[in-house]
Amino acid sequence: MTQYTDQGKKDTRSGYGAGMTELGRTNPNVVALCADLVGSLKIQDFIDENPERFFQIGIAEANMMGIAAGLTIGGKIPFTGTFANFSTGRVYDQIRQSIAYSDKNVKICASHAGITLGEDGATHQILEDIGLMKMLPGMTVINPCDYNQTKAATLAIAEHHGPVYLRFGRPKVANFTPADQTFEIGNALMLSPGTDVTIIATGHLVWESLLAAEELENQGISCEVINIHTIKPLDEKAILDSVKKTGCVVTAEEHNYLGGLGESVARTLAQHHPAPQEFVATQDTFGESGTPEQLMEKYGLNNKAIAAAVLKVLKRK
Amino acid sequence: MANMQTLEDLVTQVRRDILRMVHKVNSGHPGGSLGCTEFFVALYNELMELKEGFDMDGKDEDLFFLSNGHISPVFYSVLARRGYFPVEELNTFRLIDSRLQGHPTTHEGLPGVRIASGSLGQGMSVAIGAALAKKLNKENTLVYSLHGDGELQEGQNWEAIMYAAGNKVDNLIATIDRNGQQIDGSTEDVLPLGDIAEKFKVFGWDVLEIADGNDLEQVIAGLKEAKSRTGKGKPVCVVMTTIMGNGVDFMMHTHAWHGKAPNDEQLASALEQNPETLGDY
Repeated sequence: MTQYTDQGKKDTRSGYGAGMTELGRTNPNVVALCADLVGSLKIQDFIDENPERFFQIGIAEANMMGIAAGLTIGGKIPFTGTFANFSTGRVYDQIRQSIAYSDKNVKICASHAGITLGEDGATHQILEDIGLMKMLPGMTVINPCDYNQTKAATLAIAEHHGPVYLRFGRPKVANFTPADQTFEIGNALMLSPGTDVTIIATGHLVWESLLAAEELENQGISCEVINIHTIKPLDEKAILDSVKKTGCVVTAEEHNYLGGLGESVARTLAQHHPAPQEFVATQDTFGESGTPEQLMEKYGLNNKAIAAAVLKVLKRK
Repeated sequence: MANMQTLEDLVTQVRRDILRMVHKVNSGHPGGSLGCTEFFVALYNELMELKEGFDMDGKDEDLFFLSNGHISPVFYSVLARRGYFPVEELNTFRLIDSRLQGHPTTHEGLPGVRIASGSLGQGMSVAIGAALAKKLNKENTLVYSLHGDGELQEGQNWEAIMYAAGNKVDNLIATIDRNGQQIDGSTEDVLPLGDIAEKFKVFGWDVLEIADGNDLEQVIAGLKEAKSRTGKGKPVCVVMTTIMGNGVDFMMHTHAWHGKAPNDEQLASALEQNPETLGDY
């Protein structure tokens, strides 16, 4: 299998911040909005360099989404920033009517997604946001796997016309993709070829999948690992090409198994090529306080859980 | 300034359009539409600086956002009669495959509409965003918005009201249609709004009132006064008292016609009170 190296753990939200800094220098239409979480979103450099293009909205996420929609009228490309929970569930109808239905070119950028924001607990840990956003007609949904890819995705969505949900997180995770990568929305990345099972992962669970694949390789199991950074539009061809070869699939995501990547993959397979599938995801539950590592372990989201799911799905082939 | 009689004729014709549109499909919101007819006619024909044609960005022209989207009939009629699309298209209101959806939307590409509205309380935020874009673009043109009074019960408005004053969004004129009615009855019975003008003032807005929002001259004068107060560091609010259902005797002074269409006899009576002026669509 292909080997990947962790270049040093970094938080994906800092990848967003780095992307915003670059956009501040290269794209004069990009504007940033934030709902009292500048430090968490890592956009201070953008603000320092472009104070007139930054809007501090205060703790008023609904207003932030509306103002972002309005800013597009006049040619601006607004990037909103707050935690994933407050970027989606709290403001669903504002996004639905003023942004998605109105086809506004707003980039909804969401940090602290999933359970691994850790100690703050379930009030802040959203595990339903991918489902909420992918259900909206016209919404692009992106969940990059590491710092480098988050930065690349931030740059790419500025060039894409239409509403985008960009999801990233708080903890430092392995940074293993190339710093100079070009991010292509909707193009899945086959990271490691294999023949026995396909592991389709998104977000930092891509790295956990690579770790699981390495361990399984030692047991003589050949895993094909695919990074689905774009959950919508879904690269169905990449999924089908792989599963036609391997005959079974494990999906891995830091999200409820209802409504997430796993369900999108299951729908694709049910329509075109039914195959056994196991879901590494939270099981219709809220999170709780704890360290990211403890939570990944308890809720079955780490490489061990992925390896166990592979062994289970192989028995169903 | 346009001849007042011409504008009054337009008001009467728009009322006819509203009534005929909702009657044809037996649905829609005539009450609030009729109450705001003078406002729309004044805004689009006396106040706004508009370019020929329509493009979404609307640079170097005034913009308008309708937050209480259910009064789409008056919006559509005034847009059509201002030349944004053929008046014959009013015939398609709320029909399948129409650009004139029940509530306004950009989705079908209807010229003149820049945001979807209908789910209440969102329009002021959008108007603020558009006003901020104008400032970034170094434009001197203005952003107008209209909001129902009952709509102010939605909390997002107060986020927006706080933001606009705190950030000196002084190229924005938000008008509140103070008709005192909402679906379930009087606003003061459903959830009291109290002194709306005072509320905006304490939030830091420059506020003026139009005592009779169904008197065309008063509306024009009030909006021109509002326009003169822009660019002075404060967003401008116009609290405009109107009568829901204005111009049709049996629809006035009640919330009963908020979302109800007249039947054949009622339509005949309503149209008799508003004789054809500029030609029906």
